[in-house]
Amino acid sequence: MSTSEPGAADPAAGASGGATESAVPRATPLRAVHESLGASMTAFAGWLMPLRYRSETAEHQAVRNAAGLFDLSHMGEIAVTGPGAPAALDYALVGNMSALAPGRARYTMICAPDGGVLDDLIVYRLADAEYLLIPNAANTAVVAAALHERAAGHDAKVTDQTAEYALIAIQGPHAARILAPLTDISLDGVKYYASHRGTVAGRPVLLARTGYTGEDGFELFTAAADAEAVWTALAAAGAGDGLVPAGLAARDTLRLEAGMPLYGNELSAQVTPFDAGLGRVVVFDKPGDFVGRAALAERAQAPVRQVLAGLIGGSRRVPRHGYPVTWDGVSCGTVTSGAPSPTLAVPIAMAYLDPEAASRARDDTEGRLAVDVRGRPEPARITDLPFYHRPR
Amino acid sequence: MTIPDELRYTAEHEWVSISGSVASVGITDYAQQALGDVVYVSVPAPGSRVTAGEPCGEVESTKSVSDIYSPLDGEVTEVNGDLEDDPALVNTDPYGAGWLMRIRLDPDTDDSGLLAPGEYAALTKEAE
Repeated sequence: MSTSEPGAADPAAGASGGATESAVPRATPLRAVHESLGASMTAFAGWLMPLRYRSETAEHQAVRNAAGLFDLSHMGEIAVTGPGAPAALDYALVGNMSALAPGRARYTMICAPDGGVLDDLIVYRLADAEYLLIPNAANTAVVAAALHERAAGHDAKVTDQTAEYALIAIQGPHAARILAPLTDISLDGVKYYASHRGTVAGRPVLLARTGYTGEDGFELFTAAADAEAVWTALAAAGAGDGLVPAGLAARDTLRLEAGMPLYGNELSAQVTPFDAGLGRVVVFDKPGDFVGRAALAERAQAPVRQVLAGLIGGSRRVPRHGYPVTWDGVSCGTVTSGAPSPTLAVPIAMAYLDPEAASRARDDTEGRLAVDVRGRPEPARITDLPFYHRPR
Repeated sequence: MTIPDELRYTAEHEWVSISGSVASVGITDYAQQALGDVVYVSVPAPGSRVTAGEPCGEVESTKSVSDIYSPLDGEVTEVNGDLEDDPALVNTDPYGAGWLMRIRLDPDTDDSGLLAPGEYAALTKEAE
């Protein structure tokens, strides 16, 4: 048996984390906990992370049906503070960060001058002059460097605080009721994409109603030294309510079902937010210039170059990152992410298709759309993203 | 991770149990752990010729697809039909109910390349 790892489609392959491949991966503050739970650990984006504890399919289903506990301490935390922070971020990022209300969060992107995506990130505005940015682990250094450069001339300070923080997520329909008895924060008062300071298990946390799974859930930023206490309290509180620890493998299939992009797969410096179907994150109507404005304004007006489509595999073979998509045997795009969907029990994928093929494929009833799975065409059909909507 | 004493192994993480002229083949516990949840197994139809060291099938898991290599020369006589409905048997019982196929060995097939349990254990330790 020999495994062909389809690059970026696999979180363990660390396609977006090549920068530190040869270095010894960094351990999160929860490494000992994962090892005591028997996790399969893997190097990802320069960090030693739990890939799975037992079955990733069972972990995925626990998040959909009950709750899962994730260590996301590899994610970056970059503070941008000072009176000039709002203006600095309006210039550095494509979103309108000065308009973000304190206590709220936003999904945004940082682009190169040519409009290519350097990273997608969540920005929390903690106070008028205090923001916390969460870049992907593999891009934290790139984002911190770009922010330093772009904040010059503004009265703002950029500090990479990744090493000081642990990040624990509890996600799933039972997340709120497991977390509620452990915190002094009224969770009913925490809206989606909002954050509050408070305590969990007596430890200070920044608690946010955010996630990357398509479920309700929370992300808890703690001091590195408090991570184990918070994790252990949550694990104990949820043990009778279906909560299980969940690794990167489950996180990847959860986000794929929810149609959420992954940097290194759907997003890269070679695509603009518009190419990824995420042009809505680019706010032209904001004060001042921003990096990438001219290129992105042009891109916004230009004909669509590619469409990010959802695919459902018609066989049991799994379309994976990098596999060609064909129409009548002729290449018409490339799979960016693919996996067997635990929820739908069929293979699912996201793919960039040329717009004409994507539009023809919508009306395809003759099986003309296919994915080249290791030299064999496997039928696929196009579908709207996301693959999964949580019941409300 | 278990490596049964009575089996022999390949560097590509297959196990082999030879009984007379018939070999049963599967993938090892180490392999199934590395793959994660198996969702699909493709093995040659009975009657197919297989050649030692050549790919003869595939295993799809959540995170990857892997080739299965034939450990020996011969003809496939039987495949594990239970894997069609329950490929996760490869995870839950890799040396038992998760077996892949049986091969009628060619009289002149060379099994000297197969690894003893200790040799395979050393190989998996190196990989860690």
